[in-house]
Amino acid sequence: MVVDIIFYAFAAVTALSAVGVVSSRNQVHSVLFLILTFFSTAALFVLLEAEFLAALLVMVYMGAVAVLFLFVVMMLDMDATDLRQQAMNHLPTGILVGVVILVELVVVLSHAHSHGEHGAVATVSNTRAIGQTLYTQYLYPFELASLVLLVALVGAVVLTLRSRSKGAKRQNIGQQVARVSAETVQLVQRKSGEGA
Amino acid sequence: MSRRKRCNLFNGNQAKGRNKTMTLHHYLILSAILFTTGVFGIFLNRRNVIIILMSIELILLSVNINFVAFSHYNNDINGQIFTFFVLAVAAAEAAIGLAILVAFFRNRATIDVEQIDSLKG
Repeated sequence: MVVDIIFYAFAAVTALSAVGVVSSRNQVHSVLFLILTFFSTAALFVLLEAEFLAALLVMVYMGAVAVLFLFVVMMLDMDATDLRQQAMNHLPTGILVGVVILVELVVVLSHAHSHGEHGAVATVSNTRAIGQTLYTQYLYPFELASLVLLVALVGAVVLTLRSRSKGAKRQNIGQQVARVSAETVQLVQRKSGEGA
Repeated sequence: MSRRKRCNLFNGNQAKGRNKTMTLHHYLILSAILFTTGVFGIFLNRRNVIIILMSIELILLSVNINFVAFSHYNNDINGQIFTFFVLAVAAAEAAIGLAILVAFFRNRATIDVEQIDSLKG
């Protein structure tokens, strides 16, 4: 069945690119793998008939969050190779924790009984259904989420704002333009051999 | 009207044959793999803050897959609504985390987690 093939293809891309995120040596490659993970997850969301969330994932995550990561990775000129070398002694712990979590999750999931088929077919489109729920039943949480984003916005600006008052030299364009060569350039005639 | 798509677990015979072989378990196991990859990434890159932030994004993404999968198979739109809030919090977290990272890198010129120990006393 074609849906199976689509699911397995995108699930494989999602899982492999997630592995690529955490194991890539180059940080830019990690960010690009993260974008690929988001994109294939958006495809899975389409498969789950959550079209609006898929579009949101593409726009917000790939368009904003991943690009933010990319900006920061490229702006901070850091050398991560020695970090990677020294991090290798955490590898056994990481493998242990990862295997334990995966085994636990698989055990729990394999004992849960699935309801299998889904229920009634949606009578309205996905976007309309989300809007009808989000703006009525979840109006106050929606407003609170906007407040969270506002605080994050202000916080990010405050954290990265550089105060230029102390010590830093700024360009004063008026002063620069007002300079005349007669005041600033001094021609000195010296006899040879005397020096300064 | 918000209850139009309310949860109704056992009316599976109304399904139109879409996704017949893809069960909830497929998505849950994929989400488990993503979650484990994220946790593993935190351990593997324990000194690089950026990769740790990306691993947290992976973990939140796996949570989102869970929400959307349950929302689909239980036919309950509330799961997708909650994914919104997870997305909003994840975006805020990424912005604040990266801002802290930039501010720290300006002061110390490193992003090594083990160098961030000024409060250790």
